[in-house]
Amino acid sequence: MYDTIARYLKSLFLLELLGGLAVTGRYLFGRKLTVQYPESRTPLSPRFRGLHALRRYPNGEERCIACKLCEAVCPALAITIEAEPRDDGTRRTTRYEIDLFKCIYCGFCEESCPVDSIVETAEFEYTYERFGEHIMTKSALLEMGDRYEQQIAASRAVDAHYR
Amino acid sequence: METFVFYVFSTILMVAAVAVITVRNAVQAALSLVLVFFTSAALWVLLEAEFLAVTLVVVYVGAVMVLFLFVVMMIDTNTAILREGFTKYLPIGLLVAVVMAAEMLMVVGSQSFGGHALPLPHPASYDNTAELGAVLYTTYVYPFEIASVILLVAIVAAISLTLRRRQGIKRQDPAQQVAVRREDRVRLVQVPTVRDIPLP
Amino acid sequence: MSELIVVIWTVIKILAVELPLLAAVAWLPYAERKIIGYMQIRIGPNRTGPRGWLQPIADAMKLMFKEITIPAQANKFLFLLAPLIGIDAALAAWAVIPFSDTLVLSNTNVGLLYVLAISSMGVYSIIIAGWASNSKYALLGAMRSAAQMVSYEIAMGFALVGVVIGAHSLNLGVIVNAQKGGILDWFCVPMFPLMVIYFISAVAETNRAPFDVTEGESEIVAGFHVEYSGMAFAVFFLAEYANMILVSMLASLLFLGGWLSPFEGIPVIGEPSIFWLLLKVSFFLLLYLWFRATFPRYRYDQIMRLGWKVFIPITIVWLLLIALMVVEGWAWWKV
Repeated sequence: MYDTIARYLKSLFLLELLGGLAVTGRYLFGRKLTVQYPESRTPLSPRFRGLHALRRYPNGEERCIACKLCEAVCPALAITIEAEPRDDGTRRTTRYEIDLFKCIYCGFCEESCPVDSIVETAEFEYTYERFGEHIMTKSALLEMGDRYEQQIAASRAVDAHYR
Repeated sequence: METFVFYVFSTILMVAAVAVITVRNAVQAALSLVLVFFTSAALWVLLEAEFLAVTLVVVYVGAVMVLFLFVVMMIDTNTAILREGFTKYLPIGLLVAVVMAAEMLMVVGSQSFGGHALPLPHPASYDNTAELGAVLYTTYVYPFEIASVILLVAIVAAISLTLRRRQGIKRQDPAQQVAVRREDRVRLVQVPTVRDIPLP
Repeated sequence: MSELIVVIWTVIKILAVELPLLAAVAWLPYAERKIIGYMQIRIGPNRTGPRGWLQPIADAMKLMFKEITIPAQANKFLFLLAPLIGIDAALAAWAVIPFSDTLVLSNTNVGLLYVLAISSMGVYSIIIAGWASNSKYALLGAMRSAAQMVSYEIAMGFALVGVVIGAHSLNLGVIVNAQKGGILDWFCVPMFPLMVIYFISAVAETNRAPFDVTEGESEIVAGFHVEYSGMAFAVFFLAEYANMILVSMLASLLFLGGWLSPFEGIPVIGEPSIFWLLLKVSFFLLLYLWFRATFPRYRYDQIMRLGWKVFIPITIVWLLLIALMVVEGWAWWKV
């Protein structure tokens, strides 16, 4: 009985609503947490999964051996690989394409790769200006690998303990 | 100037009034009726009956026609069925139309539409609303009260006719739902963590 | 010739009221985004111009250059008419709003009723938009708003009747002057519950959070204006914000003494001024934004319950109390 009256009074005087208003009112004057993106950035994890790259060995030989494990594991069917034996008898890809519109950046290709060839870099600021640019060809992937090798190696070294 | 405004509003009113009965679509007819009310309110303002004009808009345009539209929008009127039996009802319809036209002629032809019906000149401090209130609550207080009682009876009748409690239906009671507190629904339990489970 | 001059002079006066209003309407969404951002520990728009002050101009440019799409099966005439009715109703109501003792477009004796009547025209904008779009979501949104606005108009009307009883007039200028004599004479003191109910009903009338089931983006996408784009959408937007300002203006005129100063009797700051009025209007607008940042959306049946079963009984009880005070001479304000 006492409870019911108390409840009615509480709702009649809008006490709970005023409490809610007090919370938002306090935050009006609180410190803001916004990060002004292009000028300042949040830190990225070494496990960040951004744009893809194909790596090379230090002697310049490409790592990919066309095992097609990444193609098989890809849940979005974004990877297309065609392979042929090279003149020296090793298996190499003739075509390695990733459709970035299909890709969901899950990192399974990276996990599945036995030779650490296909990796995802920390690069996430990229655009396409023409249709077709969203398909990363083998040369583009290798170029990414060449350009970001230092960053890729560094993040892999940090994370090596957990792999 | 005033004559010009009068003719503009009258033209709109007549066109809209004709549209109410000629337009095929029920929603469009209802909207034309809204326009009729609104322009006639404007004409009342020209007659310096601003309180009545605004009340017309508040009551008819703001409330009655909204509910009317509400219903008209939701029902699906089939014009083919509506047009069935046109010839059967034609004689009765014509009879009613003739009677109504005769009545209207008698009203329009009578003295009430003569020149002396114009509003009397009055001082600048004249308050239409106050005058109306004074008359309504003195001379016409009984008709006014009776009218309001009749309306009250109508409200009670309408509610009691439509209110039915069907059995076996799950109903939500917002009052009860609003009154719920966290303690009624959530129980915080401290589950002890189990350690050292042997691996299979 | 003299009639022409009168017409031109009237048009100039109308523009003098409407242009600042439209500017306020343009910058109110900016204030909204800023304040709601601050309450959510964000900083809101800050890129266009210094501290984002030019954001409304950028928004307006964007909306103007967008295509106005019209659904294939829509009623084209009514579809385009709907936003115009909305903005018409929102702007026409300002004809009777006084800004000071002398600064008023039309000093009519039925000012308060006129505002009610014209703002009740606003519901047609939403109903017509919902019906003419020929879309399920739009129609549902229109139905919701029609029922909601008609219901809350009653509670709002009752709350206003209290003010009318207190001031013995429907003239907004007279109502403000009835509150002369210091802060205790403002109607917000004897009619505090009516003010609260008036403002909450007004939030529901303007379809703003937490009563914005008309838009209800989580259930019916955007409600009545789901099919609108570009400038047609922008006009709905303008009408909504113009209505917000109108309702806040009415609240400050009726309950907070309009242009009267809270420090009456003290020189300089005790003078009645339009700045007091604008200050009070800004306070109510802040409340609008504050509510939106704080409260989750009401469920539809709870809105109806609140309007019919809570607000109307409370207003009727308080109305009787006010009437008793006036009749028995207990009223301490000028009757």
